[in-house]
Amino acid sequence: MTQPMIKLVHSEDETMLADAARGFLDGAAPVSHLRGLRDAGRSHDPDLWGEMARMGWAGVLVPETHGGADMGHAAAGILAAQMGQTLAVSPFLSTAVMAATALRQVADGRTDQALRQIAAGQRTYALAIDEGRKFDPGRCDLHAVREGNGYRLSGRKGFVVDGALADRVLVQARTDDGLVVFDLPAGAEGIERRARAAIDSRDSADITFDGVVATGDDLLGRADQVLRPAILAGQAALAAEMTGLVAGAFGMTVGYLNERKQFGVTIGQFQALQHRAAHLWCEQEVTAAAVLNAGRQMDAAPQDAALAVSIAKARATATAILAVSEGVQMHGGIGMTDAFDMGLFMKRARVCAEWLGDYSYHAEIIGNIRGI
Amino acid sequence: MQHAQDPALFRSQLRQWLLDNCPEQMRDGQNTEDTICWGGAGWVFSSPAQQQWLERAAAVGLTVPTWPVEYGGAGLDRAREKIFYEEMARINARLPLQSFGIWMLGPALLHFGSHAQKLHYLPPIARGDIRWCQGYSEPGAGSDLANVQTHAEDCGDHWQVTGQKIWTSYADKADWIFALVRTDRAAPKHRGISFVLIDMNQPGVTTRPIKLISGASPFCETFFDGAKVPKAQIVGEENRGWDVAKYLLTHERQMISGGGQGLQGGRALGAILADTAGPEGRIDPMLRADALRLEVDTLATGMTLERYKDISESGAEVGDASAMLKYMGTELNKRRHELLMTAGGLDALDWDGAMGSAPADWLRTKANSIEGGTSEIMLGIISRRVLGLGGQS
Repeated sequence: MTQPMIKLVHSEDETMLADAARGFLDGAAPVSHLRGLRDAGRSHDPDLWGEMARMGWAGVLVPETHGGADMGHAAAGILAAQMGQTLAVSPFLSTAVMAATALRQVADGRTDQALRQIAAGQRTYALAIDEGRKFDPGRCDLHAVREGNGYRLSGRKGFVVDGALADRVLVQARTDDGLVVFDLPAGAEGIERRARAAIDSRDSADITFDGVVATGDDLLGRADQVLRPAILAGQAALAAEMTGLVAGAFGMTVGYLNERKQFGVTIGQFQALQHRAAHLWCEQEVTAAAVLNAGRQMDAAPQDAALAVSIAKARATATAILAVSEGVQMHGGIGMTDAFDMGLFMKRARVCAEWLGDYSYHAEIIGNIRGI
Repeated sequence: MQHAQDPALFRSQLRQWLLDNCPEQMRDGQNTEDTICWGGAGWVFSSPAQQQWLERAAAVGLTVPTWPVEYGGAGLDRAREKIFYEEMARINARLPLQSFGIWMLGPALLHFGSHAQKLHYLPPIARGDIRWCQGYSEPGAGSDLANVQTHAEDCGDHWQVTGQKIWTSYADKADWIFALVRTDRAAPKHRGISFVLIDMNQPGVTTRPIKLISGASPFCETFFDGAKVPKAQIVGEENRGWDVAKYLLTHERQMISGGGQGLQGGRALGAILADTAGPEGRIDPMLRADALRLEVDTLATGMTLERYKDISESGAEVGDASAMLKYMGTELNKRRHELLMTAGGLDALDWDGAMGSAPADWLRTKANSIEGGTSEIMLGIISRRVLGLGGQS
């Protein structure tokens, strides 16, 4: 088993991609952009997504034959990290990473058009998986009953990210033959969407399926073939987004330590705070290595990437929670105010921690693979 | 043996070479203080197999795979170095030789030494002929290492060195010592230090082992009383030894961060936990949770070590980030041994009891976050030099 040598440094192209993304996002989607959307009661900015699509981000995982840039998972992670750093709002993860990965698994040409539209930024997707309090794709009560040549779907999904505004929904359902995934228009008869008031001000929805009719063509495939790769891709990219979030929160914190004066000196001169900041930086570095490794494994051998991806998501979860907790603490009172951005990082970190599996979920996977 | 440049070809050649040359007895993956081959003039091989393995590996440069061929190495690049360790791990081979010469002095000489010094000192390290120890700390120079007072008096063509070093690991078994000595007492403390190589086989050098909490005595006190050091035995410039010292420390820290043997050495955590299972196969949930966290962090820290090797191969300086690797690696190793002791329970409370050397190994790990710079010194380096946080520390 000779594996291609995985290099855990960014190539020149990857560094350029990151720099270009940073430049664009600093102008078009700084943290104040999220704040503005939130204050306006909005959870999506179609113009911003349109610009991202024009730069090839929407098609980051779409084959070139379908109008995509096909840059791979490590590159998707780089983009996600840059977005995470300023909490940029977009359907990147659900549409460009997860839905595109799911649709790519279907080889018979039925999804060609959908992939084209994703790459063009003309179609957004949400993945309807969760039904309980905790991420658990094996748990699925929503069922699809055969009816003629098609199916009828009934059940509920919760915490559907981008679910209130997405054009289409990939929904996992239970059939007599096991778990499958349908690709449905979000406005189909019998689908009722209720936007949640999420703490991170992003689009997420609870969706009820009440006897929704689906054709045989709407059935994308078995969950283990279609959804599993999509979830892995999403987890890897989400972990990457979280490293960006950590970098953003940490940058603010170090900046504050160098600027805030108490007892006549900058508080960054106090060893108690120096050591906490240094420890956080160490955790950030270790997590960054795990995240880059996950992206590389996804590109090299996605079928063998489960361990790498779970290490990345577990580490990212723990590090993000530490970074925002320390971020608020080291900022003191101002960190508690709504006018200051650290709270926005904290709320996004909490959502990211749960989405697609928390620390415990991924530790369990790692334990199973490693025999613990 | 000529090592192939092509990675795939190299792998198949190496695999065959290992099968032909690594003695069966050396394929047990052992890597404890008792089973390591340290080499040196006074080295007594634990078995003919150990000697055979060292000699065969040294003959083809594989005791120091990345060193240039002319200095006793195999000249491997990073891709083939990785393959080397993978193939070694595949057959569970012990490292043929480990030493402070390989880990610390070698990299410093390769960077700062003259060609003549490299030719003179490196091949005996690669062959395991000479065993080195490190003369850094002193009673008054621990975390404040630049405060070393051991004095080198200028006697024309040589120095006479007088003073005391402490925590000199295996000094009682070493042939030579690389030491920080003060060559200019008037200069600011960082600017009056030289890095010199001292033959310990002379009347002016004596050592005394220090018994530690583990019961073992790997550390010594080393006394210099007019020890003679020819001036050719300085590495780098006179009074610029601090630069060599710091460079060497980054290698020492990387070495300590991986426990010298990679973080995943020893028994798998799963097997260790299985031994703790109760009658119904129940494993203590707290212990399992700790083990899972440890595994996550161990695997991720291993990736971080790989990442920094890739970074340094790409030509960038790892420099101060080695403080991070050292801090994270040693704190992790301490956690691992705390967990092993908890898993061992009552069986782990006797010297050489049912858990073998577990108690001594556990106690030994407590030095990991002290030696080579304490965890607090590492955090200070990071906050000052990586994060740019001002002022004291």
